[in-house]
Amino acid sequence: MTTPIPPFPLPRVLTYPTAPGPPPLLIAQGAEGRLYKTTHLHPSRPCALKYRPPKPYRHPILDARLTKARIAAEAKVLDRCRREGVSVPAVYALDAAAGWLMMEWIEGVPVRAGINTWLGERGEEGEGEEGPIVELMGRMGDAVGRLHGTGIVHGDLTTSNMMLRPVVGSTTTDARRRAVEGEVVVIDFGLATQSSSDEDRAVDLYVLERAFASTHPRAERLFGHLLAAYGRTSKKAPGVLRKLEEVRLRGRKKSMLG
Amino acid sequence: MSLETLTIDHLPPNYCVYAALFRDVSNPDFLHAQLLARNNAYDFAFIDASSVISRLHLLSAIFRGLTTLADGTLTATTPHAEIVLSFGVNNNVSDAYRRYGISPKTKDVIVVKVVVTEEGKEQESQSAEEIWAHLAENVKGTPTELTDAEIAKSTDWQKMRKYYGLNNVPGIQKGWSEERRDKELEALVVMKMALRGL
Repeated sequence: MTTPIPPFPLPRVLTYPTAPGPPPLLIAQGAEGRLYKTTHLHPSRPCALKYRPPKPYRHPILDARLTKARIAAEAKVLDRCRREGVSVPAVYALDAAAGWLMMEWIEGVPVRAGINTWLGERGEEGEGEEGPIVELMGRMGDAVGRLHGTGIVHGDLTTSNMMLRPVVGSTTTDARRRAVEGEVVVIDFGLATQSSSDEDRAVDLYVLERAFASTHPRAERLFGHLLAAYGRTSKKAPGVLRKLEEVRLRGRKKSMLG
Repeated sequence: MSLETLTIDHLPPNYCVYAALFRDVSNPDFLHAQLLARNNAYDFAFIDASSVISRLHLLSAIFRGLTTLADGTLTATTPHAEIVLSFGVNNNVSDAYRRYGISPKTKDVIVVKVVVTEEGKEQESQSAEEIWAHLAENVKGTPTELTDAEIAKSTDWQKMRKYYGLNNVPGIQKGWSEERRDKELEALVVMKMALRGL
């Protein structure tokens, strides 16, 4: 016998009406929080609302403190990136104590989906041109490089945590080419920290490299284009790439603890 | 009647928010004095229009102020004071009044009125007509439609850049069109307000 799974309770702010606009839509849920698509102030202004619900398994005081600190940390990172000109969602509103953060809704698809559309059903070795996807790898490397340049490491770089914002007024007609065009916008800074060390930046790249290889095994050999573009973003970047070689030999954890 | 009823998503349904813009107000000193005297008949948020850049900016401040009210975590004394505070970048109420509220020298004024109706007591709360009658009689200025274009005419950008720390922002590039630049500045202002108190 199956009982229907009850829907998650909404954060209180979402229980109030949105004038004729659409009701909040649950987009994704992770271990820590849930992501809704809803509206900010007006139905014409879509937004993403990240909600960290209270965790019943934690002591209430500790829980409140952690939730508040994490929402605050994520908002501060987004603010810093945006001021520095890194393409990230703008913060619209938040209530750290209540555990929610409203952000700009980024149109488009995750880079993961764009790359998969490009690769399609074809076999491994690149028949035909590779220009558009090589360019995309370059834009990804550039985005990560500029992010690191602000003194932030993302902590969970994957092709699902980068969006491809469509080009306004694009004239590209070919669907495959269109799938890999657009501006790379980095999202989900829930695990981001402030750090400027080569070590932390190299680990950030290493996580992306491993994620990329397992998500897009057929495109693995293109990763070098991303790293090359990364290397051109700042004076410190070549040092990070050297560090990356070290990290590859030993894995993500330096101390071998934890 | 130039009193606009604002509908703002995600606020409790019993919150009614009204707003109006008055241009070339000739009695700001009088209005300012009523605020200082805490005259209950002047329980409004009087905003200096030169400290507002757009409807989005205004609505963001109202939204923040009223979510605080809905949460029961008001830090200022009244919802209207909380709205003025919500324009600011720190938790100092008198600072916020000095920067965003009216002074005896204010020219254009945006008035915001929040009415929270309680169940069964609907008839006790002020109607839009009553609010408008009071404002029209006591704010000596030209009622003007509260549009982005009209707000933009009053905005003092130099002041805004200073208040919200927007001078020399690396993310704003020289070659951008005026429209794109202003849009990004607006986004940074809204972010600054949202991040207050973190």
